[in-house]
Amino acid sequence: MDQPATNPTIAKVNKGLKRRYRAERRFRLTGATAIFTALCFLFLLFFSIVSSGYKAFQKTFIQIDVFFDPVEFTNENLATANFPGLVKSSLNAMFPEVTVRSDKKDLYYLVSSGASFQLMDLVKNNPAIIGKTQQIWVAANDDVDMLLKGNIDRSRPEAERRVNDKQLIWIDKLTADGKIKKTFNTGFFKSGDSREPEMAGIWGATCGSFYTLLITLSLSFPIGVAAAVYLEEFAPKNRWTDIIEVNINNLAAVPSIVYGLLGLAVFINFFGMPRSTPVVGGLVLTLMTLPIIIIASRASLKSVPPSIREAALGIGASKMQTVTHHVLPLAMPGMLTGTIIGMAHALGETAPLLMVGMVAFIVDVPHGVTDPATVLPVQIYLWSDSPERAFVEKTSAAIMVLLAFLFFMNAAAVFLRKRFEIKW
Amino acid sequence: MKKSILLASALIAGMFAGSSAQAAGRDYISIVGSSTVYPFSTVVAEQFGKTTNFKTPKIESTGTGGGFKLFCSGVGVENPDITNASRAIKQSEFDTCQANGVKEIVEVKIGYDGIVLANSKKSAIFKLSRKDIFLALAKNVPDPKGGDKLVPNPYKTWKDVNPELPATKIEVLGPPPTSGTRDAFVELAMETGAKTFPFIHDMEKKNKDMYKATTQMVREDGAYIEAGENDNLIVQKLEANPNALGIFGFSFLDQNADMVQGSVVEGEEPTFENIADGKYPVSRPLFFYVKKAHVDVIPGIREFLGEFTSEKAWGNEGYLADKGMIPMPQQERNLVAQDVKELKPLTMK
Repeated sequence: MDQPATNPTIAKVNKGLKRRYRAERRFRLTGATAIFTALCFLFLLFFSIVSSGYKAFQKTFIQIDVFFDPVEFTNENLATANFPGLVKSSLNAMFPEVTVRSDKKDLYYLVSSGASFQLMDLVKNNPAIIGKTQQIWVAANDDVDMLLKGNIDRSRPEAERRVNDKQLIWIDKLTADGKIKKTFNTGFFKSGDSREPEMAGIWGATCGSFYTLLITLSLSFPIGVAAAVYLEEFAPKNRWTDIIEVNINNLAAVPSIVYGLLGLAVFINFFGMPRSTPVVGGLVLTLMTLPIIIIASRASLKSVPPSIREAALGIGASKMQTVTHHVLPLAMPGMLTGTIIGMAHALGETAPLLMVGMVAFIVDVPHGVTDPATVLPVQIYLWSDSPERAFVEKTSAAIMVLLAFLFFMNAAAVFLRKRFEIKW
Repeated sequence: MKKSILLASALIAGMFAGSSAQAAGRDYISIVGSSTVYPFSTVVAEQFGKTTNFKTPKIESTGTGGGFKLFCSGVGVENPDITNASRAIKQSEFDTCQANGVKEIVEVKIGYDGIVLANSKKSAIFKLSRKDIFLALAKNVPDPKGGDKLVPNPYKTWKDVNPELPATKIEVLGPPPTSGTRDAFVELAMETGAKTFPFIHDMEKKNKDMYKATTQMVREDGAYIEAGENDNLIVQKLEANPNALGIFGFSFLDQNADMVQGSVVEGEEPTFENIADGKYPVSRPLFFYVKKAHVDVIPGIREFLGEFTSEKAWGNEGYLADKGMIPMPQQERNLVAQDVKELKPLTMK
């Protein structure tokens, strides 16, 4: 400073300088604190979900020796054999000291009811197994699973435990003999929903989500892009287009359950489409995603400089050629980003699907767009409502899978944008 | 770009055509209705799907009222075949069914469900009578000073209601008005408790509207907290707040016996045996209703009914009892099974 105190303006400025710097520091500190608090909450969210869900990726199995007695398989249809009986006799053979009927019931309870279906599949795939004895690892009951994962307190009095004292003795014996193990739960990713927590998986919901999003993408992307191109490039600028623009912007903010009601009234009641199918769910989500895609596409088209259009027209391209050969490819990265974000939003929706019947217990894995199906967020909601203790960890594990999908989709959007974005 | 748009639209048009054809030939059973019966219906459906060649039925939990609305909208593949209910069908709902062409309905009673008033194991067990429950939770109660007048509920602690109860604040977490569990709780616990007052008992015949308002309205001043339909959430909240009580079905008490304990109502503990014997007073029957017109059109309905009414499902040792449903007495089971086999239509009086 050449003239420190002589200039009255500079003197005034210098006096307030300290206060200004302090205000700026306060503002920066507030911003940093806000971000820090948000990160803390985010960390808390992830920590609570992961800590309650990571155990679901392990499943408890019990090894039993099963004798596939040929006497049981006299019928042509191998599936009608008494597989639960085979499981029971193998358990009886392993614990011959158990004779009282109520004790036997407690013993059979240790193995999941899905074990008999496991044996049924084994026999169907390999009928040569009949007559032989095999050591098979079958799923343990969800209460045994909870005990081994530490969710059932052994020190509690017997009446308050789901596993009684006798069962504890048998489980300890199995552990000592090495006939109980915990391995990675592939069944979680391969099976559909079930009322038995140990047999329940997310594959059915994942397929349902896939088909629903397939319909949503294949409908909303072309229609959204075409609508944006028309509104931006071809439509005359008059009152009608203004009204349309206002309406599209408002539709993006409409609560999603309204689209569900619309879907119920129009698609199910009027067109008579089947309830609970990905077709209807996809159509409802299309209606919901369209405004988002149209707005993102229009913004992206607006960002292409007019010089491109003028240059194309200048060398003799028609209006249609200008748009499709020059403007659209340049606007495509922004449109793709908007679409992926819209899809990620649609993946997490539950409320609109409630009205069209996709909040339902569906065991069979869907194989097409017209099979009844449910989606991942709905599966999470249904499991969170079930009383069995083992569903708590499964709910958190399903949330982790859903978050992983969403994270991946958003990361793909960011990557695509960075890669293909053209800075003017 | 243009060709792919044409291809996409042709594909979608094809799918639309295909889907309407599909709707014409639905090959799985469609079930809607009560969220209380839902856990039991789903178990039977899964068993049925796994052990037979039929497709697993699809079950939606819409609530008893919502289920009847869908069920009674007509006959045809676009309407559900079966509706679950945590109460018997009302006359008005039956009339709607008849008006819309659903003429023959088969009523199937499947068992009982106990409703418990539970609190955290960290606190002492509550010993309540239904009169206590009414006085603690109703919107308007008889004047504590005496006489036949009704005043807004003045009781703040359980000790105010009954000197033998602890001096903790009345805080009850329960289902919202849309829930069938709430309807059943109000009818079984509060209404019966209210009738112990002679003037309220007489009110039933004299002034039906006032009777309903007295016995069935729950207080809204914060002592009764609507905790949503998610009973798991209520259990968790009871863990966090040892002074609160929660209202939910017996199956949740069964699965969480290490964290919560059921209150003793009029001397009876909420156990499996007491509810089955009818000793525990707060229990209600569970039903489902079948459209007779759909029985041979949608494949598998007869076999599904057979599975549900078999001893291995609803018997004393059946898998539904494992899930927390209380079975009916043997004689009653036999009678219902017989009626179901003949598909005896329901007649309302």
